[in-house]
Amino acid sequence: MRKSIRILIVYIVNVILAGIILFPLIYALMISLMKPEDIFQYPPKIIPTSLYLGNYVEALKSVPILRFILNSFIVSSVVTVGQIVTASLAAYAFTYYDFKGKNLIFLMFLSTMMIPGEATIIANYLTIRSLNWIDTYKALIIPNLGTALGIFLMRQFFLTIPKDYYEAAAIDGATKFQFFVKVLLPLSRPAIGSLAIYSFLMTWNQYMWPLLVTNRDEMRTVQIGISMLQMAESQSFGLIMAGVIMIIIPSLVAFIVGQKQLIEGLSAGALKG
Amino acid sequence: MYRIETIHSKESYKVKRHTLGMPLKNFKAEIEPYLYLLPAASIFIAFTFYPFFKTIYISLFMTGPQGGLSKFIGLKNYFDLLASPDFLNSLYVTFEFVLLTVPFSIIISLVLAIFANLDIKGKSVFRTFYALPISISSASAAVIWTLLFNPSIGFINYLLSFFGIPAIGWLTDVKWGIVAVSIVTIWLNLGMNFIFLLGGLQNIPKDLYESAQIDGANVFLQHVKITIPMLSPTLFFVTVVDIINAFQQFGVINIMTQGGPVDSTNVIVYSIYRDAFFNFRFGVASAESIILFVILLILTVLQFKTGERRVFYR
Repeated sequence: MRKSIRILIVYIVNVILAGIILFPLIYALMISLMKPEDIFQYPPKIIPTSLYLGNYVEALKSVPILRFILNSFIVSSVVTVGQIVTASLAAYAFTYYDFKGKNLIFLMFLSTMMIPGEATIIANYLTIRSLNWIDTYKALIIPNLGTALGIFLMRQFFLTIPKDYYEAAAIDGATKFQFFVKVLLPLSRPAIGSLAIYSFLMTWNQYMWPLLVTNRDEMRTVQIGISMLQMAESQSFGLIMAGVIMIIIPSLVAFIVGQKQLIEGLSAGALKG
Repeated sequence: MYRIETIHSKESYKVKRHTLGMPLKNFKAEIEPYLYLLPAASIFIAFTFYPFFKTIYISLFMTGPQGGLSKFIGLKNYFDLLASPDFLNSLYVTFEFVLLTVPFSIIISLVLAIFANLDIKGKSVFRTFYALPISISSASAAVIWTLLFNPSIGFINYLLSFFGIPAIGWLTDVKWGIVAVSIVTIWLNLGMNFIFLLGGLQNIPKDLYESAQIDGANVFLQHVKITIPMLSPTLFFVTVVDIINAFQQFGVINIMTQGGPVDSTNVIVYSIYRDAFFNFRFGVASAESIILFVILLILTVLQFKTGERRVFYR
């Protein structure tokens, strides 16, 4: 009896906590489905009187949201693949080779985590501008391709793979590169999954860098696009919320599909990092 | 600090190299590892190390409106900044922002983690909900909360009216602007903190709680006596991460307050942005960036030095 009351209390508390945490998102969704006259009522309404999709139609007309989503997809996907390539190559050198300066190079790579983006953003902006890369995908992608955390995660995972695999591949006559591509990478799918979901979310949600290196509407990414929509339609709250919902959905889907990998990757980085 | 272990040990590597024999292959084997490092290294050199040193260099100059260096002035930018009331205000506001966000987001995440760690059916659903803010960008959060904070139709003031609290001008009142951007930042941090703290909780052996229960300790006392000390390495880690994140928050402030009202949310990052990209004072802004870097470095080192003594290691 006492135990079941305790469980009931735990449920109630969890439901309340979840309600508070999710409230801003539910609120945005509800407002996005309301007619303007519902939104401006007092006391404020939470549930729309009828399902109204007009805000979504209007938001798509107001700013090129689909173009922003396409841009963010291109940039985030290429950065994700690129980070996996550069990180796993570097991690391979750090785990399967001995060479001069290995410890020093590893420490230098890790030290990039200590240099915040703000300490490099002005010089990077000047570089991008002098290369005439403003308003290009190159500017949005290339500076993001290195990841010390990714190298660390991949190396950590490579170390757990028994060296029997390496010896077996060597006996079969595989070169070191063949072993890397055909044996090690397929075995490392969990770590690659963690890095992929992390990179994708981080790039999708980037704000300051794309704000600086893009000017033309057709090169803007979703995060800049949403603030443009907010400025263009400052009083059309339903329309703004419809825009927010549209740009949140891809990152929410990525999170829900990849949450297990994300959590494992973050914990591995935290516990050993 | 970091010991590098190799699976392919030095001995076997040398043997293999020896059997290959030919000088050309020898050279190829010699440079092979560097080829694997090349992609990551070139990105780090071009977009982290080079711009970092270039920022230090620019900070020693007076700059023209196009970012050109006009005159070497040594540390003058730094001295000017440290004597400027605006920059001192930015420093103050940044520390205020850290103090308003970090403790609250850790306490709330800890409560979430404790409740999501209890053994009930459907706990994985709650865990997903609590981790979810990690997938939300600062820009979308800022846009949603701007509406929630709207003085006339926003939901927050409506809720407060039930407690007899008169309408607050969240984004227009000098007292409340910093509170508003802090609330949004706390919400954004919850997901990441929750994931780390839940991971930490799961590593605490269950029998510790069982024996405390036998001794008659209530739930609250159990958490004070067992959870907090056992979790201190994770709490310490989360604190460092949150402080660093707070120093770097830009999106929320740019969208919600643009540093206002009356510079009350003009944190260092925002002031760098304004000086560099609105006033085109690249030299001054670079000096601000380097000061920010030094503060973060000192904080991290200090945290690791003093933290260690209080942290409970198993």
